[in-house]
Amino acid sequence: MGFEVIEHTADIGIVAHGKGLEEAFASAALGLFSLITDPETVKEITSRELVLQAEDPEGLLVEWLNGLIYLFDVENLLFSRFEFQEFQPTRLVARAYGEKADLSRHPIKIGVKAATHHMLKVEKGDGYRVQVLFDI
Amino acid sequence: MPRWEGPLKKRDDYRWEIPQSYKPGMLVPGLIYSSEALLEETKEEQALEQVANVAFLPGIVSYSMAMPDIHWGYGFPIGGVAAMRARDGVISPGGVGYDINCGVRLLTTSLSREEVQPKIEELVNRLYSDIPSGLGTSGRIRVDKRELDKVLLHGARWAVEKGYGWAEDLEATEESGAMKGADPDRVSARAKDRGLPQIGTLGSGNHFLEVGVLEEVYDPAAARAMGIERVGQVLLLIHSGSRGLGHQVCDDYLKVMEEAARRYGIQLPDRQLACAPFSSPEGQSYFAAMASAANYAWANRQAMAHWARESFSQVFKRSPQELGMRMVYDVAHNIAKVEEHRVDGQKLTLVVHRKGATRAFPPGHPDVPARYQKVGQPVLIPGDMGRYSFVAVGTEQGMKEAFGSTCHGAGRLQSRAAAKRSLRGHDVAQELARRGITVKTGSWSGLAEEFSSAYKDVAQVVEVAHNAGLSRKVAKARPIGVVKG
Repeated sequence: MGFEVIEHTADIGIVAHGKGLEEAFASAALGLFSLITDPETVKEITSRELVLQAEDPEGLLVEWLNGLIYLFDVENLLFSRFEFQEFQPTRLVARAYGEKADLSRHPIKIGVKAATHHMLKVEKGDGYRVQVLFDI
Repeated sequence: MPRWEGPLKKRDDYRWEIPQSYKPGMLVPGLIYSSEALLEETKEEQALEQVANVAFLPGIVSYSMAMPDIHWGYGFPIGGVAAMRARDGVISPGGVGYDINCGVRLLTTSLSREEVQPKIEELVNRLYSDIPSGLGTSGRIRVDKRELDKVLLHGARWAVEKGYGWAEDLEATEESGAMKGADPDRVSARAKDRGLPQIGTLGSGNHFLEVGVLEEVYDPAAARAMGIERVGQVLLLIHSGSRGLGHQVCDDYLKVMEEAARRYGIQLPDRQLACAPFSSPEGQSYFAAMASAANYAWANRQAMAHWARESFSQVFKRSPQELGMRMVYDVAHNIAKVEEHRVDGQKLTLVVHRKGATRAFPPGHPDVPARYQKVGQPVLIPGDMGRYSFVAVGTEQGMKEAFGSTCHGAGRLQSRAAAKRSLRGHDVAQELARRGITVKTGSWSGLAEEFSSAYKDVAQVVEVAHNAGLSRKVAKARPIGVVKG
């Protein structure tokens, strides 16, 4: 469980870990919101459900993160906890918990515009390791 | 990251070629406009490999080109220019980029540094509050879905008709601020949802407003045509794009194109080069969606220019007209355009992809506004917020050689994380203050990531473009105030 920020000249990425793939996906989502703000300042006031599918786990990871970015863009929602009701390598049903951004409490560091397919990785070793780069 | 070790043939001091034989599948050679010094930096990443990969795209003519500010992007390099035959070539969303019609707008003022300096803090604060970043909050313009379609169709013209700006602004905007061929029906509901709250917002990343002071004029006649008249004159630069809407269009069509590329049997060395024949339904659909996103970006910059005029007007107690806040020009630097060019003596209709590159048409070209017919199309090249920005004009040489294209900015040197490690946000503020630059930002860490040391020296980039003949330097401005989302 956990994530690190990784480097790319133009943009920024994260590598997230988890015992299972779903834990790695949750870590990646937390990593995403740590780029946007400080997730510790985000309370669990509301939640949103995401139902997503893709052709492969890599594609699903991009769909997952882009789904969350969409909710930030459209509803100004920040999330700090993620639960999966259903999780398969190509389909997931998740609930994200968080609240509407409040600029007096949430420092907005940067707007993340998209998770990309560039250098995208989902690897299984001792647990799962996923890597994704964001366009910011 | 491994250093790029591929073959480079030096043609002259500013031109390097990647031979077509480098990789089987390249349809044309690569051509990089650079200097020895800039090229050394470029080789530290894989951007040149990307130049070679772009040469695989069906219908590409002449060269897969890179401008001197080239750096590593997704699939295509940033700073890349590639032209494909409209008849049988492809269009690729990766060749435009995520931020469709990211671009730059420049306005003059009749104010001098002496008048602005004592009020710079007030001015920068006012610009910051009048022009929303749109991060974690909605913009100032409220429209419904039907009205958004009008924005996508009419771009800056929509904004001017709604009272955001002057009719003459449109003449000074690439495509008159509204690209033909836009079709809002080709833009997904998801992209429109993202676009609704963000019209007229600046965004974050490397987007900013810069209050600059004219420091040097290299071409007085061209500068005069632009209303850039004396050293010490205050200028305003706006660098922004199509926000979440443009990103969503890119993302949506990358998926469409991946599938389409397979179906049309197009072999690609990199997944993010996904493309479809320009004449195919997928190609036409993407082009119509891209043009819509481009128009959205022009409406954004139009609204922001309007509010910037109001901010100046509030601070200096004169109308924007009295303050001489005319537009110099507005350029797109992430876009694909259908243009006529002469290649090997043959007139061709081409889909010119400019990703991190600026159109730079020469004097006399029909798409250049009347007031610039004698001097050429203005090219606006923002720097890194800490040093300087440049104005240039297009040339006949650039038209002949590079489909009328030149560089777009400084080009990144350091990753954001590395930039942040070497400098903390407040150190950056101190350093900027030392240089006489007042800054207002919503994110100090974001600012550190964008600081000068993260970029190539834009002066070197502009110099190479000038010496290679792609564009001609006109003027240089130094920032005194910066607003960043």
